Amino acid sequence: MSVSPEELKTRIESAIPGTRAEVVGDGHHFEATVEGPAFAGLSRIAQHKLVYDVFGGELGERIHALSLKIRPTEAR
Amino acid sequence: MSDTPSNPMREAIQSAIAENHVILFMKGTPDAPACGFSARTVAVLQALEAPFAAVNVLGDPSIRQELSALSGWPTIPQLFVDGELVGGCDIVTEMYETGELQQLLGVAQNQANDAATPATPLTVAEPAPLSIDNLL
Repeated sequence: MSVSPEELKTRIESAIPGTRAEVVGDGHHFEATVEGPAFAGLSRIAQHKLVYDVFGGELGERIHALSLKIRPTEAR
Repeated sequence: MSDTPSNPMREAIQSAIAENHVILFMKGTPDAPACGFSARTVAVLQALEAPFAAVNVLGDPSIRQELSALSGWPTIPQLFVDGELVGGCDIVTEMYETGELQQLLGVAQNQANDAATPATPLTVAEPAPLSIDNLL
């Protein structure tokens, strides 16, 4: 059961307001670049957790691997 | 303490994190990583010649389960420095590239001079592996 990069993109963008995501992947391993004001001022750990939390238990299972690049943008 | 004393694995993980300045929970061993992300994280630490303890989470499924419950971090690898979760492969790599990891680990700047230029190829050095089994 593979997952589409578009699905990940849509879910990240709808779960974290103001966020834009670019996702590439082969159905199991994904790389996402995510930018938005939600990440501003957070530690790296907290930034990544924000995105991980969108997928919860699916990470490591249905979504085998999700590599993240986070770009905080100005709030407002 | 309110912790249930009936979770020896969680306690073993907690003490391993507390007792090791740098500890990496990974898939496989530093010599034989079983996952590309673990391999890349090991390579970064070895490039910095930072001594680290390593725990193979594939040794026992409950290691991973308890570790993620403790750290709130869902994926492997997980690097801890001074008892704090630093992150997984992405964060460790990013911090290596910016030089923050060198600072955090206190490796001499001349060793990792100009972290932006990856002059040090990510090669395999002599690690100090540690199995969680040894701790139980």
